[in-house]
Amino acid sequence: MPLGAYLTLAALVFAIGLFGVLTRRNAVGILLGIELMLNAVNINLVAFARFHADLAGILFTLFTISITVAEVAVGLAIVIVIFRVRRTVEADHLDLLRG
Amino acid sequence: MTARVGADDLALLVLGLPFASFLLLALVRPLRRSAPAAAVVSIVAMALAFVAAFLTLQGSVRRGAAVSPSTTWSWIPADGGPMATVGVMVDELSMWMLLLVTLVSLLVQVYSWAYLADEPRSSLGRYYAYHSLFAFSMLGLVLSPTFLQMFIFWELVGLCSYLLIGFWYDRPAAARAAVKAFWITKLGDLGFVAGIVMLWSVTGTFDFWTLFTMGSMGTLPVEALPPIMFLIYLGAVGKSAQFPLHVWLPDAMEGPTPVSALIHAATMVTAGVFLVTRAFPLFRLTPDVLTLMAWVGACTALLAASMACVEADIKRVLAYSTISQLGYMMTAAGAGSPEAGFLHLLAHGVFKALLFLGAGIVIHVFHTNDVFRMGGLRRQAGVWLPFLIATLALAGVWPLPGFFTKEAILADVLEVRRWGPFVLLAVTAFLTAFYMFRVVFLAFFARPHGRRHGEPHVPLAMSAVCWLLGALTLALGLQQAFLSGHHEAGGPRWLPWLSLTLAGAGIALAWAMYHRGAIAPARVAALLGPIDWMARRRYGLDALFAGLYRGLLLALARLIGWIDRYLVDGVLNVLSAWTLRAGDRLRGLQTGQPQDYVYGVAFGALLLFVLAHWRLR
Repeated sequence: MPLGAYLTLAALVFAIGLFGVLTRRNAVGILLGIELMLNAVNINLVAFARFHADLAGILFTLFTISITVAEVAVGLAIVIVIFRVRRTVEADHLDLLRG
Repeated sequence: MTARVGADDLALLVLGLPFASFLLLALVRPLRRSAPAAAVVSIVAMALAFVAAFLTLQGSVRRGAAVSPSTTWSWIPADGGPMATVGVMVDELSMWMLLLVTLVSLLVQVYSWAYLADEPRSSLGRYYAYHSLFAFSMLGLVLSPTFLQMFIFWELVGLCSYLLIGFWYDRPAAARAAVKAFWITKLGDLGFVAGIVMLWSVTGTFDFWTLFTMGSMGTLPVEALPPIMFLIYLGAVGKSAQFPLHVWLPDAMEGPTPVSALIHAATMVTAGVFLVTRAFPLFRLTPDVLTLMAWVGACTALLAASMACVEADIKRVLAYSTISQLGYMMTAAGAGSPEAGFLHLLAHGVFKALLFLGAGIVIHVFHTNDVFRMGGLRRQAGVWLPFLIATLALAGVWPLPGFFTKEAILADVLEVRRWGPFVLLAVTAFLTAFYMFRVVFLAFFARPHGRRHGEPHVPLAMSAVCWLLGALTLALGLQQAFLSGHHEAGGPRWLPWLSLTLAGAGIALAWAMYHRGAIAPARVAALLGPIDWMARRRYGLDALFAGLYRGLLLALARLIGWIDRYLVDGVLNVLSAWTLRAGDRLRGLQTGQPQDYVYGVAFGALLLFVLAHWRLR
């Protein structure tokens, strides 16, 4: 399969993730969208590593996955704390930063 | 040469003692809060200063006219000699002034101790601190060898006058009078400071002795001098309460009576006369200013005397008489003989202080300033005899000092053929005797009004000071009458008889009107209708100044206030309002919704892509 196919898949996954981030009202759903976007990047990295025969891309992917795990842990913890305090995780209601 | 150094050191001591006392009282709080300690510090310092002033006069040696009597130190250094110097000028003039100032200050401070015994202790400490500061400033003014130093002390005495008039600052009248005195004298001071700056710009020096030397050598730019000397004279007009800036002095009587005696009769108000006397070698070169000085002085003397005749407040009568006598001194200077004016200043300082201190006792006894509600004080011999001596001295009766000094002034005015001022002064002499004896007859000889609770108690310190000053007045008069032949005063032979007749006529008229009741005062007032009407309204001058103040100054202030509020502040207010409004509009962008920010980021990234693509193409 040519590189273009992988890149197209990555772009699709990224777009789906972005769509999720933009449209989901639930904070957990937004986190899921972010995960999709990150994984699209991983696909890109692996594809380029494979086609350029460069291990650095794969190494970066390993780092990204571990960091993503940590990020999800922190993100979910924040969401739980927000739920405890505000009794909601609806993004529309979380507007403390409004000017 | 050693005696010379001694005189300077003594003069510095005279200057330093009151200043040290002021510093002690101002900085050491427990001292200020305890009235007896404050009084003792101040009085002891003043007594030592008096002794030092006396020794200065004793130890002085007559020097040749070519030797400068001033010792100066450089103050503002500059290329080619210091730009300004400070120092002391110890000559006949300043030594006599030192003696007068320290003597009257000392006596007034002793008197104040009894007079203000009912005051709260802390404010008495404040009173003595101000008094010490005043003594320092006045002595500094007297000793100044340069115009600049004199101006500094000149403003300091003005400040002390303001502080002491407003001593009872919780009384609205006193606070108002203090402000009025301050800013009306400032009008004159503006002229003074402009004058000395102009003088400096044409001669390059503030130093009296240098200027005098230049004057006598003829190197002074005489054509530039008249406006300069006129401006400097304006300072003297304000300080010495000459027409039309005299309106502050009667109001200044709101201060405590001892303050009036010291500052507004004996010393500070004579600073203007002293200035003219000190700078006379320069004034001599400007005959036009001298003519003006003589006329203004004589008019002041007559106007003030006429106002004193209709005044009921005993202190204000004395204030008007002070203005009137200052007019005499200025006329003498204007007639070219400041020495006569200066002698009158010294004698006047002594007996006018006595009059005020006596009036203080009278007010202390009656609890009123109104002469028509006094009377029957004749039994209090301790009070009325010194007061009578001072009154006779002021009225100009032989052999008291007022007679000789006034006659010397009249003789000098006559000698230069200034008939106008001479006639004005002669009428003033008559009025002086009249209004002073009006007070004496009403306060001391009239039947007592109302009941008084037993015999009034007059503290010993107060009557002792009065007696001392009375004895001094008498001694001065007798000394002039019998020891130093006053025939050298000059003037035609009929002059003493004229002044005695005028004084006698004034006394007789007062006796007929206010003691005997032979002439009803109301009828005299009706006879002199317009003059009486005008004098009672103070010739409209107070109203004029009040009108100028309200109409001109306040209107200007309002205009400037409008410009400040609506133009200067307006521009800034509009700018800040616009900024605020713009911020208010922009803050709608910050919705606080994370997804809106993600939209922003996504569109931004898209935009960057498009731009990059477009650029690369």
